[in-house]
Amino acid sequence: METPNPVSLSIRRERTLEKSVTRGIKEKIIALVLLGCALVSVLTTLGIILTLFEVTVEFFQEVSFAQFFLDTRWTPLFADQHFGIWPLINGTLLISAIAMLVAVPLGLAAAAYLSEYASHRLASTLRPALELLAGVPTVVYGYFALTYVTPLLRNFIPLDVFNALSSGLVMGIMIIPTVGSISLDSLRAVPSSLREAAYGLGATKMEVTTQVVFPAALSGIAASIILGISRAVGETMIVVIAAGQQPRLTLNPAEQVAAMTAYIAQVAAGDTPRGTIGYKTLFAVGSTLFLITLLLNIISYLIAQRFREVYD
Amino acid sequence: MQLTHQTSTAQGTSIISTQDVNIFYGSFLAVKQINLDILRNKITAFIGPSGCGKSTLLRAFNRLNDLIVGARVDGTISYKGRNLYAPEIDPVEVRRQIGMVFQRPNPFPKSIYENIAFGARINGYRGDMDELVERSLRQAAIWDEVKDKLKQSGLSLSGGQQQRLCIARAMAVQPEVILMDEPASALDPISTLRIEDLMQELKEQYTIIIVTHNMQQASRVADMTAFFNVELTDGKRSGCLVEYDKTEQIFQNPQQQSTQEYVTGRFG
Repeated sequence: METPNPVSLSIRRERTLEKSVTRGIKEKIIALVLLGCALVSVLTTLGIILTLFEVTVEFFQEVSFAQFFLDTRWTPLFADQHFGIWPLINGTLLISAIAMLVAVPLGLAAAAYLSEYASHRLASTLRPALELLAGVPTVVYGYFALTYVTPLLRNFIPLDVFNALSSGLVMGIMIIPTVGSISLDSLRAVPSSLREAAYGLGATKMEVTTQVVFPAALSGIAASIILGISRAVGETMIVVIAAGQQPRLTLNPAEQVAAMTAYIAQVAAGDTPRGTIGYKTLFAVGSTLFLITLLLNIISYLIAQRFREVYD
Repeated sequence: MQLTHQTSTAQGTSIISTQDVNIFYGSFLAVKQINLDILRNKITAFIGPSGCGKSTLLRAFNRLNDLIVGARVDGTISYKGRNLYAPEIDPVEVRRQIGMVFQRPNPFPKSIYENIAFGARINGYRGDMDELVERSLRQAAIWDEVKDKLKQSGLSLSGGQQQRLCIARAMAVQPEVILMDEPASALDPISTLRIEDLMQELKEQYTIIIVTHNMQQASRVADMTAFFNVELTDGKRSGCLVEYDKTEQIFQNPQQQSTQEYVTGRFG
């Protein structure tokens, strides 16, 4: 062996075992910056909740819980004021239910096809195409519902110009990628050994998919559905444009209804002065919406825990 | 080869036989020129070094290779005289008659009861399900261990119990042939012995083909043994059948040098 060139070992001489002051500070700064970024979203959420509930408390100093939860009319901006929240909740739930009737079967069917039936190549082309639906601006969906779907459906069924049905159907299409994409991931996560076991017993593709793969992926599928419902409940543009602004307590999808988000958008866009009761209703409805979404998130968390299946 | 072929048919009637079978994955020839007869109500062991294609051949017997993209079989694999790869043959029906137990226990994440009932139900079983479940679990020698917890998940069992559950599951479909792909390789020695005892009982009613890396296991359980090896042609490795005979013959008086070297542990 030749003696090593002294220049090539110059780094070695500068090494110490002591802590470096600058390095320690640099690491601390980086950690603080990252923490700050993480806190932005948490603090924003907290801020929103605080503002929401602050004005909501003021609202309930003027309007009793009984008026809010027991009345069946919502007319806070009229001379004859009523503050019953149910017509708005009814509007939101009616449209969301229609949307989920579309999104769940179509989303799950798409996921089942892409995971179990389609060739790998076809699936890798179709999946981005499916997810493209999620990238369409919701305002486009709204006008699609109002100017295309509603007139189309009116050829067959009598509908109000604004109605729950077409906004629900279009919202369902919008939510297909949410349900489909997350379900697809959980179907694909099912180990192939389970499929082989079922095929080895003489199961058909349909039996393998519905009786083995779907049950094994149930927690992911449930989570995808709940997330879809959350999107439906929170969706604003479609319902503002296509569902109407008349709060009604009805289960008839042909009628116009007002969703909670639509009411908020309508009043917020108007000229309701700060501090009036009309202004405060925004926050009361917003809080209700927030609690519904929170509840759905908790349910989805519990479902995921309850049905989590450990295979292998 | 022709000689051993004839002596083996003298041992009993054949249920599966292969003629000039080549199996490809894409353009890769995984197994080439396989000719052998599997005898009814016997246990046949496939032994050989890793990569010699014994599992590939086994999975071709119930068309499970169909699930692998690009897998292709040529030559003829016949079961009771019917070519399994003829266009009119439904692979689903094939798998109902030729069942499979896998290397790693793979019970469904369902209850023990449902694990057994699933196969029977999809096969259109109309009889008493409770009775079928009990009978299958008894046949697989696991009934006493699970009879009080049929509602519990199959995954709550130990590895050895899971594998016996999988054997029970395969039997509930009442196949004629059971393929076992290294069924004991993930198990401890005691569970392994239980499975081997079980195989001896099962061969009264079933034909069993077992792939194993464990030569003691082959010599303990198998009536017939096929030794496979890897052959190099044009720099490509393909599996081929070297020798197939009664198990004593393969282990005590092999005709081929590579068989001799393999069974005495000199390679593999």
